[in-house]
Amino acid sequence: MIMKLLSGDHPRSKTLSIVLLLIVFGLLFAPFLFPGTRSLDTAARICIFIVLVASYDLLLGYTGVVSFAHTMFFGIGAYGTALALTNMGASYAAIALGTVCGALAAGLFAFMIALFSLRVKAIFFAMMTLAVASAFLVLVSQLSWITGGEDGLSYRIPREMTTAYKLVQDKFLNVRINGKLITYYVIFFSSLSLFLILLRIVNSPFGRVLQAIRENAFRAEAIGYKVVHYSSVATVLSAVIAALSGSLIAIWLRYTGPATTLSMDIMVDILLMIVIGGMGSMYGAVIGVVLFLITQSYLQNLLGILQESLGSLPIVSEVVSPERWLLWLGILFICSIYWFPKGVVGRIRGG
Amino acid sequence: MRRDEKPVLSTHDLTVRFGGHIAVDAVSCDFHRGTLTAIVGPNGAGKTTFFNLISGQLSASAGTVWFNGEDITRLSVAQRTMRGIGRAFQLTNLFPGLSVRENARLAVQAHQRMGMDLFSMADNHVELIERAEHILSEVHLLEKAGQIVSELSHGDQRKLEVALMIAIGPQVLMFDEPTAGMSVDEVPIILDLISGLKQDQDRTILLVEHKMDVIRSLADRIIVLHNGELVADGAPAEVIASPMVQQAYLGIAPEDTQESAHV
Repeated sequence: MIMKLLSGDHPRSKTLSIVLLLIVFGLLFAPFLFPGTRSLDTAARICIFIVLVASYDLLLGYTGVVSFAHTMFFGIGAYGTALALTNMGASYAAIALGTVCGALAAGLFAFMIALFSLRVKAIFFAMMTLAVASAFLVLVSQLSWITGGEDGLSYRIPREMTTAYKLVQDKFLNVRINGKLITYYVIFFSSLSLFLILLRIVNSPFGRVLQAIRENAFRAEAIGYKVVHYSSVATVLSAVIAALSGSLIAIWLRYTGPATTLSMDIMVDILLMIVIGGMGSMYGAVIGVVLFLITQSYLQNLLGILQESLGSLPIVSEVVSPERWLLWLGILFICSIYWFPKGVVGRIRGG
Repeated sequence: MRRDEKPVLSTHDLTVRFGGHIAVDAVSCDFHRGTLTAIVGPNGAGKTTFFNLISGQLSASAGTVWFNGEDITRLSVAQRTMRGIGRAFQLTNLFPGLSVRENARLAVQAHQRMGMDLFSMADNHVELIERAEHILSEVHLLEKAGQIVSELSHGDQRKLEVALMIAIGPQVLMFDEPTAGMSVDEVPIILDLISGLKQDQDRTILLVEHKMDVIRSLADRIIVLHNGELVADGAPAEVIASPMVQQAYLGIAPEDTQESAHV
């Protein structure tokens, strides 16, 4: 049953299986295990980014196609939902319509980019996506009468999904069962389903062809696979799933702006997460996202504790100052790439 | 041989130019069902280029390629493959990071046109795996099915190269020096396989090969390419005996033979 859900994709390592189980249970019971707004926010971001990064891995790790437009598709999904909620009011119909339209728009856009640029050299496709994504970012920032420009859009979501709504009056395990909690579980289960769909796709006959293209596109063509068709379908699928994860973040944050969805910083984060976790394995995306987002969220706190305990040493305490967290984040990434060139999953599996 | 039949594959004035250099020069040639044609010629004569034009890796500057009465000159590699033109490459050309079994399975899957199946589990299609393993056993690779291709020996990679071509179920099989770089005890495996394939009267085999004993034992016909031109075409015995071939292919100039006669 479990193997069927995982599409027969065994983690192939005891350590990896245990870590994955811990992550799933950690996220499933996050509101009760780690109470507090901030930790719930981190947990929701982890869910959403797992889908986003896994959908990117479908392109980069499985098909071997380098794209820089993934945040654009993430943004299209987020803006689709945000625009629907802004203009139609806080209704479920708005969420559904916005999500579907966002996903369709992302798929269509991805198809057009694939059509024009996948036929030629890989580097051209990468450059094309970079250009289109940058242009899109500028466009969204300039069209402020629709998109809210740099300020983005703030909107309301249905009342049942906010803290104002209480499912039961009493606390359960010291946690208030409110609309925010419901929204978290909507995001958790949506992300889980999308991840399982991705896992199925990469283990399907189609997914195997993608791996063949990554390994040797020339030979894939010579055994009868039309490489352009397969990589185009992969590009569209990855864009649609990225857009769906964008809709999730739009619902969670109740705000959509260029900085939270479209910026190139997020693109770089996605690349880092995928490299840290391990390319070419959906589980790598899970590990990479969890490591990255937890480090990003809590490194400052950790450094604060370190500085307090090392307060007496003049230079050291200066070096571990919480203000220098970005420096430490960078050092950690360099180290992890140096020690785990095949990512954490590659390392655990003994590669 | 059924020479009265229409050819399965034919080229008409097939030409390709690289800048000013003519690599294949107006080659017209028919290939019939149930025959094995050896293509010989010195290095650089255009044999592999000729193959590339037939299987589609190169597009022709002029002339046409016909397959079962259809002009396939403008079709892509994948389209020609799906119509039944198979190719085993001279330089081993596999999926290096995947297992031997998966390499063969991918080729069988292509033949079954199942590549666009997005939601079933690839490993549940047992019939594909069984077919792949059957082909691997034909090339004596079954016991290595679980190995990663990049870890195979050169000879085993050559065998897998042939297995991939067989797995796509082609009508025309093009072998480009299938035994090159193989150890002496591995060569017979490939040769037995080719002569086994030849028994099937529906197949048409094109073979680029340097070893004359291999050609003598397998070929029904030899064509000779020299500087991109078709210079000889006929039964093995007569082609090998012709002075032009002695000179062009075996590299023995008439003067050389005279000199050696004097010595």
